[in-house]
Amino acid sequence: MTLTVREALLAFRRAPLLSALSITTIAFALFVVGLFGLVALNLRRALMGVEERVEIVVYLMRGTPVEVATMAISDIQAFPEVAEVRYVTEDEALERARRELVEFQGLLGDLQVNPLPASLEISLKPGFRDTEHVRQVAERLQGFRFAEDIRYGRDWLEKLDRLRDIAGIVGLAIGAAFAVASIIIIGTTIRMGVLHRSREIAIMRLVGATDGFIRRPFLLEGALKGAAGGALAVALNYAAYVTVDRLVFDSVFYEPPQALLIVLFGTALGFAASAVSVRRHLKRI
Amino acid sequence: MIRFTNVFKAYSRNVLALRDVSFHIAKGEFVFLTGHSGAGKSTALKLIYAEEFPTSGEVRVSGYVTSQLKRSEIPRLRRRLGIVFQDFRLLEDRTAEENVAFALEVTGARRSTIGPKVMRVLAQVGLAAKALAYPRELSGGEQQRVAIARALVNDPLVLLADEPTGNLDERAARGVFQLLRDINASGTAVIMATHNLELVRQTPYRVIELQEGAVVYDSAVDEPGKGAVLP
Repeated sequence: MTLTVREALLAFRRAPLLSALSITTIAFALFVVGLFGLVALNLRRALMGVEERVEIVVYLMRGTPVEVATMAISDIQAFPEVAEVRYVTEDEALERARRELVEFQGLLGDLQVNPLPASLEISLKPGFRDTEHVRQVAERLQGFRFAEDIRYGRDWLEKLDRLRDIAGIVGLAIGAAFAVASIIIIGTTIRMGVLHRSREIAIMRLVGATDGFIRRPFLLEGALKGAAGGALAVALNYAAYVTVDRLVFDSVFYEPPQALLIVLFGTALGFAASAVSVRRHLKRI
Repeated sequence: MIRFTNVFKAYSRNVLALRDVSFHIAKGEFVFLTGHSGAGKSTALKLIYAEEFPTSGEVRVSGYVTSQLKRSEIPRLRRRLGIVFQDFRLLEDRTAEENVAFALEVTGARRSTIGPKVMRVLAQVGLAAKALAYPRELSGGEQQRVAIARALVNDPLVLLADEPTGNLDERAARGVFQLLRDINASGTAVIMATHNLELVRQTPYRVIELQEGAVVYDSAVDEPGKGAVLP
């Protein structure tokens, strides 16, 4: 084991330029993947911000007793899709209208009778904020006799759904393309390293080294290069994030486990690419 | 110890590198494999260290039938052999000592035993003082001695030398050859492929001559009891 570690580390010392080149190449390949991930992450966050505003409003029939409304609230609260139910009384509705509809202030101020109905404002849990779930909840709400009207902005919701679908498909396609490109680039880079040492591999075999013995330092070296490239990619991504966050718009960076995933992805790729290259190479000699 | 029985080796359909080669080399023997370039000397050696396998016939080395060896068994065979080449095949970025130690490390030898063994063989080839030199700092003859030390360090049954003096000037060549003779004198069999007939004529060792892949002369068969006298 110590021999494997020593040989792997020696490889960095013996060919520092090639090692640095490999790590940089891996870093840039993963940087692009990571950058795309950041864009996707921030897009999703923006979409979630919009989604949070998805709400169903149930307008109550005039004269619905508060006790009935209160009982309904606890019923609705028990729906698995429902996050929160707010009861807006007629007075509160008027108060809000006065506050929010400044241009009608004169008109609203002169009212003798409050024309606005009381309502229940229902927000949904994440994952239930698409057209289908909203429609299902709305249908169930129609069963309440006091419900005069139910509104939830169907057109707007359908547009949001489409946007979400397109973002998902495009994201997956581009993400996969970037990932495949990085796999090819990293594979080629590692292969260069193996070919660089083909003479050494041939000599190892001549003196009676087993394939496993020859392979192990290469696997470790590949994994280390991948990990170093991954770490560098995260650092580059962070620099890109800080720049955009300061100069362009407010954005978010990966959570630590997500950043770790990039490093692990690099490590796994480096390891796998080494395994394939060395196996192919050993087969030929 | 090494037995070729009706060995044919074809690299492609029309090119036969060896044709119907049969011979037996006993423990402790010194044998020259001679012949022109392309006569099949290197192929014969490659068949011994299982780099190549016979197209037909059988090659038996130290009890192993090479064509029946699993890939994982080849290293075990090679550890019983020492192999030396014309171009030395040293690792340029390791010192003489590290090059020799490497052959022990790959066998999983214990660390504490490696150092003394390496120094012993380096002393045997006369290079103890240059243990820390890199190949580029050594002359051709010295590099070949390092290669021989590496081949010896696992106490091989047989030393295979493919044109070991081919890249050396006459003085260095004589030195390396003398070293091989000394090694043989201590009990290790040596098979040396060469086209240096001068060397061959000066010594009483067995000669197997190949021509276009076939054995045309084997002093042990054709002139038993006699020294190496080329026809």
